Amino acid sequence: MKTLAWLEERLGLEPVLKLVEKKTVPIHRHSIWYYLGGMTLFLFVTQAVTGILLLLYYRPSSDGAYESVQFIMGQVSFGWLVRSIHSWSANLMIGTLFIHMFSVFLTKAYRPPRELTWISGAVLLFLALTFGFSGYLLPWNKVSFFATRVGTQIAGVVPGIGTFLLRFLRGGDDVSGATLTRFYGFHVAILPAITALFLGVHVWLVQKQGMSLPPGEDESQVKTMKFVPNFLLRDAMGWLLALGLLAALSALFPWELGQKADPFASAPAGIKPEWYFLFLFQTLKYIPAKVAFIDGDVLGVLIMGAGAALWVFVPFLDRQAARGEKSPVFTAIGWVLIVYIVGMTLVGYFT
Amino acid sequence: MPRRSFVDYLLGTSLGMVVAAIFYPILRFLVPPRIAESSELNVVAAKTAELKPNSGKVFPFGTEPAIVIQTPGGEIRAFSAVCTHLACTVQYRDDLQQIWCACHDGHYDLYGKNIGGPPPQPLTKLTANIRGDEIIVSKG
Amino acid sequence: MTGKLLTTSLGAISALALFAATGRAQPAPAAAAKVDQCVACHSELEGRLGDPVKALQQKNDVHGQHGFSCANCHGGDPSQGSGKAAMDPAKGFVAVPKRQDIPRLCGKCHSDPAFMKQFDPAERTDQESEYSTSVHGKRLKQGDQKVAVCTSCHGFHGVKAVKNSTAPVYALHVAETCGSCHANVGYMQPYGIPTDQLAKWQSSVHGEAMLKKQDLSAPTCNDCHGNHGATPPSVASVANVCGTCHVRQAELFQKSPHAKPFQALGNGACVQCHSNHEIHHPSDEMLGVGKQSVCVECHFEGTSSFKAAAAMSGQISDLAAQIRRAGEILQEASNDGMEVSRPQFDLREAGNKLINARVVVHSFAPGQVEAAVKPGLEVAGKAHQAGLVALSDFQFRRKGLAVSLLFIAIAVAAIFLKLRQIERRQSSA
Repeated sequence: MKTLAWLEERLGLEPVLKLVEKKTVPIHRHSIWYYLGGMTLFLFVTQAVTGILLLLYYRPSSDGAYESVQFIMGQVSFGWLVRSIHSWSANLMIGTLFIHMFSVFLTKAYRPPRELTWISGAVLLFLALTFGFSGYLLPWNKVSFFATRVGTQIAGVVPGIGTFLLRFLRGGDDVSGATLTRFYGFHVAILPAITALFLGVHVWLVQKQGMSLPPGEDESQVKTMKFVPNFLLRDAMGWLLALGLLAALSALFPWELGQKADPFASAPAGIKPEWYFLFLFQTLKYIPAKVAFIDGDVLGVLIMGAGAALWVFVPFLDRQAARGEKSPVFTAIGWVLIVYIVGMTLVGYFT
Repeated sequence: MPRRSFVDYLLGTSLGMVVAAIFYPILRFLVPPRIAESSELNVVAAKTAELKPNSGKVFPFGTEPAIVIQTPGGEIRAFSAVCTHLACTVQYRDDLQQIWCACHDGHYDLYGKNIGGPPPQPLTKLTANIRGDEIIVSKG
Repeated sequence: MTGKLLTTSLGAISALALFAATGRAQPAPAAAAKVDQCVACHSELEGRLGDPVKALQQKNDVHGQHGFSCANCHGGDPSQGSGKAAMDPAKGFVAVPKRQDIPRLCGKCHSDPAFMKQFDPAERTDQESEYSTSVHGKRLKQGDQKVAVCTSCHGFHGVKAVKNSTAPVYALHVAETCGSCHANVGYMQPYGIPTDQLAKWQSSVHGEAMLKKQDLSAPTCNDCHGNHGATPPSVASVANVCGTCHVRQAELFQKSPHAKPFQALGNGACVQCHSNHEIHHPSDEMLGVGKQSVCVECHFEGTSSFKAAAAMSGQISDLAAQIRRAGEILQEASNDGMEVSRPQFDLREAGNKLINARVVVHSFAPGQVEAAVKPGLEVAGKAHQAGLVALSDFQFRRKGLAVSLLFIAIAVAAIFLKLRQIERRQSSA
């Protein structure tokens, strides 16, 4: 095409075109999981688009936020659709992100040379959870107000930097309009900028290094399909189905508005965070109030911090996988974690 | 081959329809609704002409009723109209020059202070400003 | 025999001494530099003789707080260490004041404005004179030893201020305190008056407001009967009593066709339909010509008043039904996820109009009730309309969803076909 040739002359698109032509994706019994990264990316793009649209009507102050969301839901054309898609897609995205992460973990795709892909992915996990936490407050309703208070309270428990962290997050000593403005800044500017960076690195690395083969698969023997158009068309089918699911959820189960937050009211009974934090929340509940000389909360936060650090550096800890051998210990750890997370989430949800 | 062009045709059309189904709501969304948002930041309570001295008007302020009054001396003030006793809606009494609640004979003075009857608390004050020929009431 | 004679004569002498001491024998509360021997001795004693001191020394005893002590009421000489000298009838000592004397004993201080304003300038000083107008006061003069006197309600040792929330005369406790006699069947037997007032009041809307919702503005015994001048309101004044809070109803009633006939018949205005102690939340069924209506107790079928009752009842029920209908449809829309908080708020105004209409019923004029109901019907109608719009919007969304899903399904199928085509070509190539 003439346009393509014109662009090629100026942008040096050859490596991209070569990728498009040459990149292949292996086909084996675990290749179904390859779709999840792209699905998460699709859902993230949906978030960005619907988020930008919401920006046109949302007001980030404590006396306008709730009303502006009420306006979007009730008065703006298709406002209910944009807002509900944004809320549902956030949850679906974090769901696919977890599945993507664990499928990568169990197929040991983090082993050399893909350590940086894993680490950038771990950062993206943290960013996604922060997106979720900050976005949750923005409608300024009763549930989100108290969930934010509880969540930031836990942050305050970290030894040493806890007070600083709490005041940094809350924009003050308590959750207030200042917290809302701050979370808004995180959610629409700071986090997107950082995420764009890490997402770019993550996706570029995947394209550069190609898809990882699970240990045990023989590279020379394995069947492949072309990335363009075969894999991409399959991706597209999945994305369209996800879009349909989002539309159905938004039309049949619109995201609720709740009641406007009242900082002077007492917390409703049984306040819980969103489902993706439930397993952490539930774990903290089970730690006794005091263990030896340490506060239960502090111990919990430290354990989680340590766990997160170990998780990030897994590529350097799994020596067997690095050598290309089977690594049953890490496989077992993976399954234990999956069962634990699912179990704790269900417990937190139903009790 | 005819079948090839049919599949291509189908693909092109169906993807086009999906794209249209995405862009139609987005474009409609971008156009603001006819009734601009009645933000609770600023509500037009009344026109200056319609609020005479020694009178009051109840109007919707967000999710609750509010009352704007002009005192006999000519000052414009606004309060929440939710009686602090059992949440009936208060009204202005020009014969008493007070704000009054019909439900159990609660009396408030023109500063919103509860001065008689059951109400345990004063009425919440709101801010009233005059802009042109309109009285605008906002929180705080 | 001798002992009894001695005690009786002592008692008589002390009574006389007490009367003599009814002159301005004001104690100086701040004379605390000297040791109060009454307290010093009696605090060592147990039981009946020691308890009064403990009570007086409680933080919330209003007399003890202001430096009053035993001698201020019992007389005698608190500076004397020996019992005989301290409890000397010559010095005005009275061990147990007689019931008839108690109002005057308390009134010694409490009826003296100059004295009382040292402690509280706004304190009323007419309790004693009010008491003498009450049923209790009158009967006490006639020699009835069972009626309430000051100490019956306020206590004697350990008197708490009225505004102390644990005082027996604090608003929340007044009914119980009155009920300690008036609800005691055995105690009240000689008087032949009902003893179910307390139970009735507790089950009433006023009792619930005070006891369950802790609404201190709700009426309890003293709000309708007076506290020191306690007397049941006369038939003519019932409407005035209820009207102190229910102003609008009382005004409308006085102008209504019921006012004169009720007075002539000796019916207690409000009480005729609403009862006096067992006042329950009025229901719409009380109005009209149905089984639970109070109107049909007097008004018979075929009369114009019967028709008026039916008309008013119809208007009120109509508005209530419209509000309910609008509320239901809006709730349905809300359950479907539609944003209807604004129409739901507007419907509140219709609720206010219904409350107002129910008040206007007391004019017993169908024309007025109709005028009151009309604006409410308009609002309810609008809200109902908004609900219908919301429901149809929801249907629109579902149809739109179905269409979009159809597009998506076709697109997915098209991709699938395309893939199959491509892969066939690839495998044959």
